[in-house]
Amino acid sequence: MPPWFERHRLLIDFAVASLLRRKTRNGGLLAVYTLIVFVLGSIMLFGEAIRREAAAVLSGAPEVTAQAMRMGRHDFSTRADIQKLGRLLGITHIEGRLWGYHYDTASAANYTLQVPPAEDSAHALAPGETIVGEGVARLRKLTPGGYLFLVSAEGKLLKLKVKEMLPSASALVSSDLVLVSEPDFRSFCGLDPDVFTDIGMRVSNPQEVSKAAEKAALRLPGFRFVTRADMLRTYEALFSWREGLLLAVFAGALLAFVILAWDKASGLSAEERREIGILKGIGWDTGDVIAMKMWEGGLISVTAFLAGAVLAYGHVFLFSASLLEPVLKGWSTLYPRFPLTPSVDALELSTLAFFSIVPYMAAILVPVWRAASADPDAAMR
Amino acid sequence: MIFHPPILALTLVSLLSAAAAVWASIFAVELLRRWDLSSGAESQVLLERRTYLVSAVMALVMTAELASLVLFVFNADRMAVMFVGAMCAVGTLNASVYGLPALLAKLAVFFAASLWLAVNYADSQGRDYPLIRVKYRLLLAVAPLVVLAAGLQLAYFLDLKADTITSCCSKLFAPGKPGLSGELTGLGERTALVLLFTGLGCLLAAGAAALRWPRSAALYGAGSAAFFVIAIAAVISAISLYVYEHPNHHCPFCLLKREYGYFGFALYTPLFAGTALGLPAGFLGLLRQPPSLGAVMPALLRRLTLGSMACFSVFGAFAAWAIWASKLILFA
Amino acid sequence: MIELNDVTKVYNQGRANEVAAIRGVSLTVKAREVTVLKGPSGSGKTTLLTLIGCLARPTSGRVRLRGEAVSSLPEKFLAQLRRQTFGFIFQQHNLIRGVSALQNVMLPAYPLGLPHARLASKALELLAELGLEHRAGLTAEHLSGGEAQRVAIARALINGPEVIVADEPTANLDTALTQQFLEIVARFKSEGKTVLMTSHDPRIWQAPLADTVITLADGREAAA
Repeated sequence: MPPWFERHRLLIDFAVASLLRRKTRNGGLLAVYTLIVFVLGSIMLFGEAIRREAAAVLSGAPEVTAQAMRMGRHDFSTRADIQKLGRLLGITHIEGRLWGYHYDTASAANYTLQVPPAEDSAHALAPGETIVGEGVARLRKLTPGGYLFLVSAEGKLLKLKVKEMLPSASALVSSDLVLVSEPDFRSFCGLDPDVFTDIGMRVSNPQEVSKAAEKAALRLPGFRFVTRADMLRTYEALFSWREGLLLAVFAGALLAFVILAWDKASGLSAEERREIGILKGIGWDTGDVIAMKMWEGGLISVTAFLAGAVLAYGHVFLFSASLLEPVLKGWSTLYPRFPLTPSVDALELSTLAFFSIVPYMAAILVPVWRAASADPDAAMR
Repeated sequence: MIFHPPILALTLVSLLSAAAAVWASIFAVELLRRWDLSSGAESQVLLERRTYLVSAVMALVMTAELASLVLFVFNADRMAVMFVGAMCAVGTLNASVYGLPALLAKLAVFFAASLWLAVNYADSQGRDYPLIRVKYRLLLAVAPLVVLAAGLQLAYFLDLKADTITSCCSKLFAPGKPGLSGELTGLGERTALVLLFTGLGCLLAAGAAALRWPRSAALYGAGSAAFFVIAIAAVISAISLYVYEHPNHHCPFCLLKREYGYFGFALYTPLFAGTALGLPAGFLGLLRQPPSLGAVMPALLRRLTLGSMACFSVFGAFAAWAIWASKLILFA
Repeated sequence: MIELNDVTKVYNQGRANEVAAIRGVSLTVKAREVTVLKGPSGSGKTTLLTLIGCLARPTSGRVRLRGEAVSSLPEKFLAQLRRQTFGFIFQQHNLIRGVSALQNVMLPAYPLGLPHARLASKALELLAELGLEHRAGLTAEHLSGGEAQRVAIARALINGPEVIVADEPTANLDTALTQQFLEIVARFKSEGKTVLMTSHDPRIWQAPLADTVITLADGREAAA
């Protein structure tokens, strides 16, 4: 091995021994540091997982959605509108969609009522049947075979037999979902037979989505067209923003830790000062001491990063980020309870590494240098 | 501004680097005014001590800048979903006028910092700080670059807005399009490949000359900078086509994606390393050789030149392999 | 071997607590001789020792080692020179606590980047020569005073120095251990090493193996 390699090996050796000699002090620092990385990591992993989840949910949505507008407000679409769209090049399927919100006074929660699309045979329902999301089932203590009673604002009662529950795997958006058949939906909500909430369009070639939306817009001038990519972007921006905001708030904690690290690194004990004096007296130069001390810091830093990242992974994917849920999720009273699909990528990990390692190393550099430039004759005095 | 974790991380690192650079250049001015090695005064001892801190700070800045260059590109790629029309890093970079300048500035910082570290290393080998003035003058040139890069990156991130309509690599790197990117692509595949491989040949010849006559190392340094530009142009206008196996997909970033087996890393790592070693070889060769580095300097120049030549050769080999292994045939 | 030319050393220069520890000393330390610096405490013995041993730089004047001016060398080279030329034995032994005797002996060689195994066997050899191989694994605080000093001596020898520099080596030793130390010094001398000691212990400067005795008073050389 070349001498520089051996030199660093020996310096690391000494750094490890030196860290272990001051177990309580370094242990305390490591614990705080790990906690910081853990919280940072949890926020980031959770934010990323939830964005992925939203993307997964949207992957089933139609590429383009058209909504009728009246006075700038969302209005019903009609069968006539669908016929006006007729056949358009690139659009493979057009369907009127039925969905809406229902405030349930009994459980004080908002449900999303929806009629499953005709092509979705797996969720096809006969009148009197329903499929409910995980949150609804939990709140109303429903099991397959049980009954769900809904009371409309006008006092209309709907009795539905629970056919099945939606798997909790994609529960983020489907948690508050109640799927019902078309006749039930129309009678419960008092809708005319030829109106729809909006119109969904399928486009097979992703390159043609915006073109298809443009062409459709010419046929239905009063409509608003939303593409799936737009929605994805909105989610992406929304979650990134929330996550970033949380991180920015958390940066305060990070700063406090950096100050702590600075303080710890500059407040050397008399014993440490003596050691550095001896090392310089017996032939180490400032560079050697800086390298050794930076190894010490680097080892603490990397250990805290690894431990914090592993803990954050466990927290987010095994315990569903129970500590963060209310902040990042929660657009409804029905918090979904579901395991997030575990996945981590290099970008997230390296961002976390940036956040946790760089500020620490920067904070200790000056104190380390100051300690390392002790006079070599200090050992004599 | 988009509050996105990698953006926050990048901003943090660049601001730290800029602060370090400003501090180091204030120190550089002081050192250039007061340095007197023959003095035993306490102020000289303090000055000398602080040079250790500057070296450590610059090493840290360099490491952080290198890592942040990679993170910057990957983040741009990941954020592409947020911009209409963007499909990879190009779209994100193009979403603001500051995008491409920020990237170029970061590249410049990386090479400048590697140059400084090499000069710093050479200086530390002499018994009388032979290059200390050169080194700190160079630092005064590098520091504004670090600040500029941080500023451009910040301007870029502040200017980014979701929903910006941008264009992707297929539109940006189209031959005949005005601007730098169009020029790079407009080389034409044949010209680009001829330039690339004759350029590599010339460069290696210059390297061999520099090994024999150390005085000609400056030529090699200039050559490696020129070759870097040629190589990037060739990657965009020709090599990428072979990797993507598509006659019109010119993009220097998609190469870094999993779909293409991260082949970009195999190309860019040796290219960047070769340039980062070649530049200081040229710079050090250009200097009047200090007597206290009599034996050290030629050996160092030799190591830098050999290392750089090896890296460029590896780059050439990967480029050739990409062409050979591709199913795309551009020239019958 | 080492020449000092009108050397001064001022601590805390320009501040209220400015102290001139050495005020214009010129002397020569001859190779393969034992030189003893004596004088009352506060006379500047230790400061002069740090200047001769390249641990500190003179405020003015010149220090030459084998003819080369070392006073203006960069710190890195000064440290390198110190490693290659000098072995230091400090007054309080100055071993690092919590670290084994063996590792303490190895420490001065860490910056050189020798392979660990070779370094360890060399250190063990040195400890064995001083009769301490069975104490190699003990941490510094578990050694007796005499053992700690011998570990410090082994540490001073690890880089094969030409000059041994010792500051008040017998200050904390009884008569038997002082005798033992003088025997070790005699061995150094017979091996051709240069030895430089400070001491106000007459057993040292009256010992027959002391070739030159320099007396210091108030930071200046005084007539003996």
